[in-house]
Amino acid sequence: MPRIRYLLAALGLALTSTAVHAEPRTLDIVAPWEITSPDPSKSGHVFARMQVAETLVDTDADGNLAPGLATSWTQNDDATIWRFTIRDGARFHDGTPVTAEAVATSLEHALTKPGILDSTPIATIDAEGDEVVIHLESSFAPLPALLAHSSTQILAPASYAENGEVTAVIGSGPYRVDSLEPPQRLMVTRFDDYWGEAPAIERASYLAVSRGETRALMAESGDADIVFTLDPASRTRMSRQPDLTLHAVPLPRTIVIKVNAGHPFLDDQRARQALSEAIDRTGIAAGLLRAPEAAAPELFPASLGAWHLAISPEESRDLDQAREQLATLGWEANGDGLLERDGEPFRLTLRTFSDRPELPVVATALQDQWRELGVDLEVAVGNASEIPSGHRDGSLELGLAARNYGLVPDPLGTVLEDFGPEGGDWGAMGWSDAELEEWLNQLRSETDPEERASMETEVATRLHEALPVIPVAWYQQTAAVNDELEGFSIDPLERSYRIDELRWAE
Amino acid sequence: MTRGLGRGLPALLLQRLLQAGLVAWMVGTLTFVLTRTLPGDMAYRIAAGRYGHDMVDTAAAEAVRAELALNQPASSAYFGWLWDLLQFDLGRSLVSGEPVVRELWHQLGHSLGLAAVAVALSLLLGPPLGLAAGLRPRGMLDRLSEVVASVLRALPPFAVGLVLILVFAVGLGWLPAAGHGRTAHSVLPALTLALGLAAVSSRVARNAMADVSQSAYYAFSRTKGLSDRLTFMRHGLRNVAVPVVAYLGVQFVYLIEGVVVVETLFAWPGIGHALVHAIVARDVPMIQGTALIMGLLFVLLNTVVDIVCHLLDPRRRHA
Repeated sequence: MPRIRYLLAALGLALTSTAVHAEPRTLDIVAPWEITSPDPSKSGHVFARMQVAETLVDTDADGNLAPGLATSWTQNDDATIWRFTIRDGARFHDGTPVTAEAVATSLEHALTKPGILDSTPIATIDAEGDEVVIHLESSFAPLPALLAHSSTQILAPASYAENGEVTAVIGSGPYRVDSLEPPQRLMVTRFDDYWGEAPAIERASYLAVSRGETRALMAESGDADIVFTLDPASRTRMSRQPDLTLHAVPLPRTIVIKVNAGHPFLDDQRARQALSEAIDRTGIAAGLLRAPEAAAPELFPASLGAWHLAISPEESRDLDQAREQLATLGWEANGDGLLERDGEPFRLTLRTFSDRPELPVVATALQDQWRELGVDLEVAVGNASEIPSGHRDGSLELGLAARNYGLVPDPLGTVLEDFGPEGGDWGAMGWSDAELEEWLNQLRSETDPEERASMETEVATRLHEALPVIPVAWYQQTAAVNDELEGFSIDPLERSYRIDELRWAE
Repeated sequence: MTRGLGRGLPALLLQRLLQAGLVAWMVGTLTFVLTRTLPGDMAYRIAAGRYGHDMVDTAAAEAVRAELALNQPASSAYFGWLWDLLQFDLGRSLVSGEPVVRELWHQLGHSLGLAAVAVALSLLLGPPLGLAAGLRPRGMLDRLSEVVASVLRALPPFAVGLVLILVFAVGLGWLPAAGHGRTAHSVLPALTLALGLAAVSSRVARNAMADVSQSAYYAFSRTKGLSDRLTFMRHGLRNVAVPVVAYLGVQFVYLIEGVVVVETLFAWPGIGHALVHAIVARDVPMIQGTALIMGLLFVLLNTVVDIVCHLLDPRRRHA
């Protein structure tokens, strides 16, 4: 038996060593997201992360806006006319130059499809010389942030069929598509005419593997160099692997409890605060999500700049204070330890869904923790659509969902959608705040960064006090990375895998 | 399964063709009814499948509903589908927008390749082991193989696959854990399916061999002076082959069901994998297409089994 093993090992060595000399080593990336189509509106995130396609606006390491295919941009005073200067010397992978016309065409196509630009008041998109000029119907200061979203990525004119369908991904990034096999595989090679610095990694592959167990095993067996999104159980096991390094970064996707603030039990902000104070966030994060840093005492994580208030998770729990708050609102414990007011028990239903497998588990933890407070919570696990439909017909009491505030580098778009006068599918319900509306309106047109930052903090503070949605935990992006790789980091906005910053260790 | 064979091959094929038509209609109707009765709003599901969960809101769902005319009554959707099917048009995927036929064609190749390797491997493993065990009933090998076969058949393919990955990919590092593209990638998924198949075929072969070896004609052949080997070749092999091959037909159910699980576990881009994702995304034309292909495949494979039995067993031809 040992002899056979040596023989096989020798054979394997011989095979791999010839392979190494024949072509450069491929960087193998494994992640759960399938590629459904070459269309940026559907699978643009994969082409952005694999650095095949670029957007007008990029982000730097801290998540601030940075020049992408546009080297700079300016706007008029009320932020209704925007001019983006297109980078000189940038080329698409088919050799054609990235012109203002090509960019305008690409954006026009993006506008016709569902995506981030839906809620943007865009009137016209025109090419003027080396500039793309966007006219808006009303002020919209976060426009550049929206143009950093993958559904607005710029493809060469040859990518589109006559009916607007995307038939090939001809981008302008440091990597070009070698082969695309939906729904699972994408191979890319370094693009030699890239306008920026040439990356060290020459070839990379992307494989969509939907099962968490399989992804973890692929990292352990060395089949993959980088594996994204590890399930909590595998994470613990991986941390003991000698030749792997585990990385984790909080994402701006927050597990939130959507509250029907029109409900008689929940219409007072003190009641919502009491419910929030009764949540053991650190317990949920450490015990269920296996990541203590996932505890979310506020809506926005640190990667969202001025929106983040830096509240400590320990401060967020205070069961005694929560009891007192509810007592002042007239709630008294009955014989079973359950709260009652005018003979009515404090009983609520929390709707959630299992597409994100952690949600039902977190829901039952909340059920248990609120029971300690005297609140009888019923958990109803159904379909994701039952939360928006319950919002529309008013039948929803509480809903547990995940909301991504960092779809674009500026959460304002999502905040406008969620906390406007009528609330939003995944945001406020039966709640509005005139002062907050005013600030949000100013944020639509204010372009001075300092002014914006202070207003963003105001909005976040108000949301934190009034709690139209109660934050519970932040999602963590996790990755297991082969130790032979150097320079790895996770983009907290999930815009890029940063392959261009990686190199093989000597 | 063997009914109708006496009337000869053409009659058999005609019967199978009718069966295929019936299966197509029933599978399609059932999947239609089942996907319609699944809880939750289809428009949200499809929007999530297309644009990702982060992008789903009522506006996206309404856009999908309008585009795909999801509001039309179920009956008109059903008859529309039936009419298209009669023209061999399976429609387009609601998620990717590609014609279902094109997607299936691509995936079917992967699945059939995997299934063929699995059946071949199972035939290499199962029947020889069964024959050896059947020649010495209640011997060491017989008892051991019975235990192993029972365990392998009792474990779901998912668990068998995980164990194989742990041993051969993580432990020994001989084979890739998952993925596709190289030949080595197909070994573990095929082996996962093959072990389950071989577990049954080895027992079927063992029982057939035990029956044959205790039969009068077998004893007679030994008495008249033929060697063990010649007796087996002339009087054993063909008689044992008939139940083994006939049973393969039954086992295709296991194979088709196993493909769904194994493909998901090993990230193999076949129809099983596609079916799982289509169900999650409520991609009705894709669900109907994959279920249809699987149903028809089952009929086709059973027809092939019938034909092989027909050729193997002269008694059926002359009956």
